[in-house]
Amino acid sequence: MRLIRRNWLGGTAGWLWLVIVLIPLYWIVITSFKDQAGFFTQNPFALPADPTIQNYKLVIESDFPRYFLNSVIVTAGTILPAVAISFMAAYAIVRGAGGRFLAGVNGLFLMGLAIPLQATIIPVYLLIIRMQLYDSLLAIILPSIAFSIPLSVLVLTNFIRDVPKELFEAMWADGATEWGMLRGLALPLTRPALVTVSIYNGLGVWNGFLLPLILTQSPEKRTLPLALWTFQGQYSVNVPAVLASVVLTTLPIVILYALGRRQLLSGLTAGFSR
Amino acid sequence: MTAAPSAAPVAGRTTTRAGRSGSVAWMALPALAIFVVFGVVPLAGVLLLSFAQWDGLGSIHTAGLSNWRSVLSDPGLPHSLFVTFEIMILSWAVQTPISLLLGVFLAGRQRYRALLAVLYFVPLLLSSAAIAITYKALLDPNFGLGAGLHLDFLAQDWLGKSNLALGVVIFVVSWQFIPFHSLIYQAGVRQIPATMYEAASIDGADRLQQFFSITVPQLKYTIITSSTLMVVGSLTFFDLIFVLTAGGPGDATRVLALDMYKRGFQANLMGPASVIAVLLVLIGLGLALLLRRLGGSTTASQQEGV
Repeated sequence: MRLIRRNWLGGTAGWLWLVIVLIPLYWIVITSFKDQAGFFTQNPFALPADPTIQNYKLVIESDFPRYFLNSVIVTAGTILPAVAISFMAAYAIVRGAGGRFLAGVNGLFLMGLAIPLQATIIPVYLLIIRMQLYDSLLAIILPSIAFSIPLSVLVLTNFIRDVPKELFEAMWADGATEWGMLRGLALPLTRPALVTVSIYNGLGVWNGFLLPLILTQSPEKRTLPLALWTFQGQYSVNVPAVLASVVLTTLPIVILYALGRRQLLSGLTAGFSR
Repeated sequence: MTAAPSAAPVAGRTTTRAGRSGSVAWMALPALAIFVVFGVVPLAGVLLLSFAQWDGLGSIHTAGLSNWRSVLSDPGLPHSLFVTFEIMILSWAVQTPISLLLGVFLAGRQRYRALLAVLYFVPLLLSSAAIAITYKALLDPNFGLGAGLHLDFLAQDWLGKSNLALGVVIFVVSWQFIPFHSLIYQAGVRQIPATMYEAASIDGADRLQQFFSITVPQLKYTIITSSTLMVVGSLTFFDLIFVLTAGGPGDATRVLALDMYKRGFQANLMGPASVIAVLLVLIGLGLALLLRRLGGSTTASQQEGV
């Protein structure tokens, strides 16, 4: 057992950082319940003297339910296929190790990790226009799938490698096909990794800004981050309403985080610390 | 299931039997196909477009080297490069020591530290757009925190002065990403064998000596992973800067990614914008390779040392 060692520097930094993290978050939440008069006159850290949900009403009436739905469609439409095909590729890379083709595929995905894929946005835009997909949700989904493949494959291959080879051999001896082993063995044993990868990529897509900004145009196709930005442009003076929109767009993620945080935190570090 | 990183490569290599690889290769095809269409083809496309003239709507013409000539002779380019590297280096220099310190702290098994880790993660849940909007409001000289608390040093025109705006960008980046890197360091610290510290204690090394002679060298790979993510990631700080400062005041925070967007989608000059994009790709690849080499050479010297 390790001794409990005092670490004053770390302890001070730890609590200080908590304060730095919490101050803006606290301010966002309390301010979103203030009316404009309260915002201008009250101490910024004081609880609202006259709490109101008017700001939230304004946000919801500004078409946010539609933007919310768009974000849900884009996120789910990206993550389900992206994780499924990344899992298949990762399985192939682990089971077919030694094959030149698969080694090349793996190398290609690893290269994708080093390249800032946003830099390819102009040809992506051209491609989307030529495919007649401009200003549709599919225009955001397809490149998002491609952008989330490299990291997903990397994390999933690491996890599939940890499946004991004896299990594969036993199933193989029983006459299982590769597809059968993918579903019957690799899938159940790497479920935590699949959840991690889904949450991590889902977060990136949910919060994505550049692809919706460039690949869509009409208000009906807006996703939440873009809607936040335009809402802020319209209501820049009404800070409480703007902050209410920030709270509303973040709330679903915070709820999901509260439910799945253990897997996210442990899986994330397992995926990166290699 | 828990990951056992050290065992991974060995297990992977031995699972294959001769003749097996053909039967699974098809499973990689869907991912390969979509990655080629929306990843590899655009990568080649951006290089081709850097030699073309296109306004984003009409037809595309070849332009030879003219885009490269005009961008490389544009005084805006050295400025954007400078700002990009300035933000990259400063944000790395701020984030790394703090993340390392917090990671060591979080690696302790005390329960309150687990709770802190949960709270630290919250900024990562917010979109960059939301964070930028929040800080814009928070730092407003007339209605923000400084004015509300009547503190003059907080009530400056944070986003209206070049130096201050750059500082704000680095602060906000750190606020957003330090939690993530702390968790990477936490995992790294937990993999250091406790026996190493016990041996050092017996030898009479104090905590500070242990930190520099055990913790930091043992975290070499973690430091390289985290630094690679920070450095390559900093090339893509588009949304945060776009919403927070839009590159301003003036061009003070006009990083390459923003420069690409403005040339391409505001000035409708897709050719020159593609030149910037090619530079971004090259810088990203170059830095990733450099950091990987750094990792390789340090392991060699480490082994020699032992």
